[in-house]
Amino acid sequence: MAQVVEERTPLVEMRNMRVAFGGVHAVEGVTVDLFPGEVVALVGGNGAGKTTLIKTLSGAHPADSGEIRIEGKPVTIANPRDAKVYGIETIYQTLALADNVDATANMFLGRELKTRWGSLDEAAMEDATRKIMGRLNPKFLNFKTAVNSLSGGQRQSVAIARAVHFNARILIMDEPTAALGPAETAQVAELIKQLKAEGIGIFLISHDIHDVFDLADRISVMLQGKLVGTVNKTDVTMDEVLGMIIIGKLPHEVSQTELEKLH
Amino acid sequence: MTDTTTKAPERVEEQGKRSLGALLRATEIDTRLLGMVVALLVIWVGFHVLSGGTFLTARNLWNLSVQTSAVAIMATGMVLVIVSRNIDLSVGSMLAVVGMTMALLQAEILPDLLGFDHWAIWVISLAVGLVLGALIGGFQGFIVAYVGVPSFIVTLGGLLVWRGVAWAMASGRTIAPMDATFQLLGGGSRGSIGETWSWIVGGVAVVAIVVLLTNRRRQRNKYGFRLRPMWAEVGLGAVACLAVLGAVWVINSYPMPARLAQQYAEERGIVWPEGGLIIPLGIAVPVMLGLVVALVMTFIATRRSFGRYVFAIGGNPEAAELGGIKTRWTVVKTFALMGVLVALAAAVQTARLNAAVSGLGQLSELYVIAAAVIGGTSLAGGVGTIAGAVLGALVMQSLQSGMVLMGIDAPLQDIVVGVVLVVAVAIDSFYRRRST
Repeated sequence: MAQVVEERTPLVEMRNMRVAFGGVHAVEGVTVDLFPGEVVALVGGNGAGKTTLIKTLSGAHPADSGEIRIEGKPVTIANPRDAKVYGIETIYQTLALADNVDATANMFLGRELKTRWGSLDEAAMEDATRKIMGRLNPKFLNFKTAVNSLSGGQRQSVAIARAVHFNARILIMDEPTAALGPAETAQVAELIKQLKAEGIGIFLISHDIHDVFDLADRISVMLQGKLVGTVNKTDVTMDEVLGMIIIGKLPHEVSQTELEKLH
Repeated sequence: MTDTTTKAPERVEEQGKRSLGALLRATEIDTRLLGMVVALLVIWVGFHVLSGGTFLTARNLWNLSVQTSAVAIMATGMVLVIVSRNIDLSVGSMLAVVGMTMALLQAEILPDLLGFDHWAIWVISLAVGLVLGALIGGFQGFIVAYVGVPSFIVTLGGLLVWRGVAWAMASGRTIAPMDATFQLLGGGSRGSIGETWSWIVGGVAVVAIVVLLTNRRRQRNKYGFRLRPMWAEVGLGAVACLAVLGAVWVINSYPMPARLAQQYAEERGIVWPEGGLIIPLGIAVPVMLGLVVALVMTFIATRRSFGRYVFAIGGNPEAAELGGIKTRWTVVKTFALMGVLVALAAAVQTARLNAAVSGLGQLSELYVIAAAVIGGTSLAGGVGTIAGAVLGALVMQSLQSGMVLMGIDAPLQDIVVGVVLVVAVAIDSFYRRRST
């Protein structure tokens, strides 16, 4: 593997992660890591196990075995609350919004601001939501309507706003631009660069190889639940990464005949 | 970020549009609730005309308020249960078990231990009832949330089990009488707070409305959010205050029956004049209880994180779990809360009957669910209001008492109530489909 030896402690290390559904091994012995201020893209075809792998980090689904270390310390992440304690925030592909309540309620779901009498401080929460949305998506003005009446892009902004508002150290983005138009996609790319500069580590799952090459520092490729390999973006071409995704071999292992089959 | 980008468009007030719809929008009133109030008024006026002027009388409205209280108390809890995508079919049977327990305690067990007419009897009975309600409800909620049996099945089982337990507790006997103080909860001959206190309650409510509206306006102003136009704010406050005072006035227009008034006067050494005395009963204790429950439940549903979680779970259970909410524990709590409200309703019912029978609360699960659903609670979960459920209970009770006044036979009454339930939900779902 063309991997630079790192002196620093990784922000996240996931070692030998395994998840099985019944007899199907969705994730089989995958090891990935992430450094502060770095974007690691997780790529692979449908059913490669990217989302399942990342769910063990966000607490949505427990791993059967494997070890997760945050800043070198082994941790147990049994549910989403544990993940949030370690500063792990996730933007799910499904967005995971409660459709019947408004943007403000979704922003603070599970972490509501309270008045000194223990009741919900609606005004303060709406104010904070307006501020962050002003930064992320200035056109967003529907703070009082249930999110199910918002457009796909607006819903995505709510999910993104929720993930970045609570000072995340580790951000997981599962297809963050899937529902977005070109202008909004550019905005998300801008946001990722900004968060990166703030020292946040980002796991990015994406189908769009151009996005990946635009935003990621390293690329981890998965195929059928296994890790094909992790490469530095600067060391490979798009075709080589595509080869990894489809054939499941690192660039130097691929034979000429296999490459010809691809074309 | 700059404040102007987010606020400027919000500050622009819609001018020119002075249609009824725009007027309503400016007041930010829930149009669904407003529709229900209008429907209720139509029912009331309709029955008044059809029954030959007996419906809209102080006497009938006073009785209506008392008859509605037990179902309304339970319906406020049913809203949260249904909003969380569950159902509780066991409330009627639970009511019987809790009612029977409270009756046995005060009629047979506690008098032996403490002596007859001991002051603590009613307190202990009520406290035990409330705890028992919470335990039964919480137990059923535990099976739903942690064992994973659908709530329809768990509470259908509960409906059979608790009814049987209620019968077994007293072998089908009627347990009576209730403690004298406990009986006040039923709103019987003495279970009212009187004219003066009714006005005081009305006064407090008016002050509370004004304080709440001003406070909300101040809060929103502090953050520079859009405010209601002043005329809407003042108009809304005025309508609410007038409604409260009007209700107190109507209730206070219902005097005690002559014999009771005479007894009342004798006890207080008032000379009984030739023409008799007009002594208003005032708001009945169960109605006061119902009002307090509705207020507390509204607060819980809209201003506590627990209420917010219940709605989030109803909207998207998976998202709620991913958001870090303890969804299972929240479900247990909604069922336990339902149990507590059932216990309160059981107290009202047994106190009102001055007895407990094993058939207590039979079919009340259906009235409670119907009240919640007529009040706009969606069985798909995620949608519902406490005020709607209380109005729903009032609509159901108005239909029944109106038909009794018109002398309609019981079978026909059931037919009408059934049809109204289905039509109300049909109208509601039509309205919902159009608005989204």
